[in-house]
Amino acid sequence: MELRNIISIDELNKEQILKIIESTIYFKEVLERDLKKVPALRGKTVVNLFYEPSTRTRTSFEIAAKRLSADVLNFAPSTSSLKKGETELDTIKTILAMKADLAVIRHKDSGFVKYISDNINIPVINGGDGRHSHPTQALLDLFTIYEHFKSMDKIEIAIVGDMLNSRVARSDILLFKQMGFSVFTVCPSMLLPEDMSYFGTENFNSIDDVIERCDVIYMLRMQFERQNRKLYPSVREYNRFFSLDISRFKKMKKGSILMHPGPVNRGIEIDGRILDMEEENMERIKISEQVSNGVAVRMSLLHYLLSQQ
Amino acid sequence: MREKATVLNESDMDRIVKRIAHEIIERNKGSNNLIFLGIQKKGIPLTERIKQHIENLEKTKISYGKLDISFYRDDINKKIKTDFNITDIPFEIKDKDIILVDDVLFTGRTIRAALDAIMDFGRPKSIQLVVLIDRGHRELPIRADYVGKNLPTSLNEYVEVKFKEIEGEDKVSICWI
Repeated sequence: MELRNIISIDELNKEQILKIIESTIYFKEVLERDLKKVPALRGKTVVNLFYEPSTRTRTSFEIAAKRLSADVLNFAPSTSSLKKGETELDTIKTILAMKADLAVIRHKDSGFVKYISDNINIPVINGGDGRHSHPTQALLDLFTIYEHFKSMDKIEIAIVGDMLNSRVARSDILLFKQMGFSVFTVCPSMLLPEDMSYFGTENFNSIDDVIERCDVIYMLRMQFERQNRKLYPSVREYNRFFSLDISRFKKMKKGSILMHPGPVNRGIEIDGRILDMEEENMERIKISEQVSNGVAVRMSLLHYLLSQQ
Repeated sequence: MREKATVLNESDMDRIVKRIAHEIIERNKGSNNLIFLGIQKKGIPLTERIKQHIENLEKTKISYGKLDISFYRDDINKKIKTDFNITDIPFEIKDKDIILVDDVLFTGRTIRAALDAIMDFGRPKSIQLVVLIDRGHRELPIRADYVGKNLPTSLNEYVEVKFKEIEGEDKVSICWI
């Protein structure tokens, strides 16, 4: 099963997805050792090219590579020759001339990562491109669900919030559907993309319609930075129909879990007090667990792509 | 793969397990400071059997762990390796005498990887190696302390080891590749 790049979820088949998810368990075990490092990718160089601000994805890739003993080069566009007028592809080719083995790329434009991967000869992992795709987030979400429920049968999941601007939601829906989950969306109509029929999910107008029945409540981040006009009347109105407050949190189905890709806007999509209860509610609130699992999934992906060259 | 000859049957393997158990106790003057580490995957059933036998002889309990050396291999660029197994060492190995167990000793590269992996978990007092079959063709200066059977082989042969716990029967055979 030849897999060169991880650009979007629809390029992965079910067998490849299962292989990646099942391998992740063994990489996670490395993270629980006293000495959290193995020499698996010694001598390899991973370059992080992040054209968009990111804390967790970039540091997650960086630490994943370091745990496997690869060298990491972080590229920051603000200090680079892009300012001097060099094109993005030329910048990337310059970096690759320094003999990198794999590139992780994030960019504000959908399709940018695909364009770069078509023009360079090393494996590329998409760290998020515009509104298009964020495959590593979707895979870590799937691993978190698999680890909690110990299976992927009959999972019902509701994805709640800003669908329009969310590459996480697009990748998650594609992946969850492929694994046979029932996926619902809960989204104000103004934040619902026109192309939703492509995903074939049922949309609800209030979180109350799904809160008691779903195994997973997946809250999305309100992406203020991508909204150039106001698409809902007020925070109060949004809270009334779409936010997770304490009383809704208590209504969640027995054994169900709460997820969020982070960073959370406290008081917008989730009541801040729920986040503060995470330590006592590890079985239910998986937001920090998602971050931990992100490192393990990325180790699995780096190893997978770099071990078959 | 076509089988050429059976080398060990069930009772042969049983006798070897018992002999090696005695040798380990003799060499270490008891079993006080011993811990067992089996190399995934075929080292595990052999570890369990020898450990069990020593426990019966010595009337004691001995810890044992499982070691997967996938992350320590030196042939990462040569083949796609995604069938990992769990590493489970739920105890301190510092200052212990480790009995490292694998089914077949061949080039020595697996043992080299296992030694590196063990050192990342701590500094044992000593490491002793048990193998069921030593088939020769070493590429590294590594030898076993306890050998079930020395089996001279050619490079176009393959040694197949089967355990009841994994394949449903106890048997070692030489096969043509």
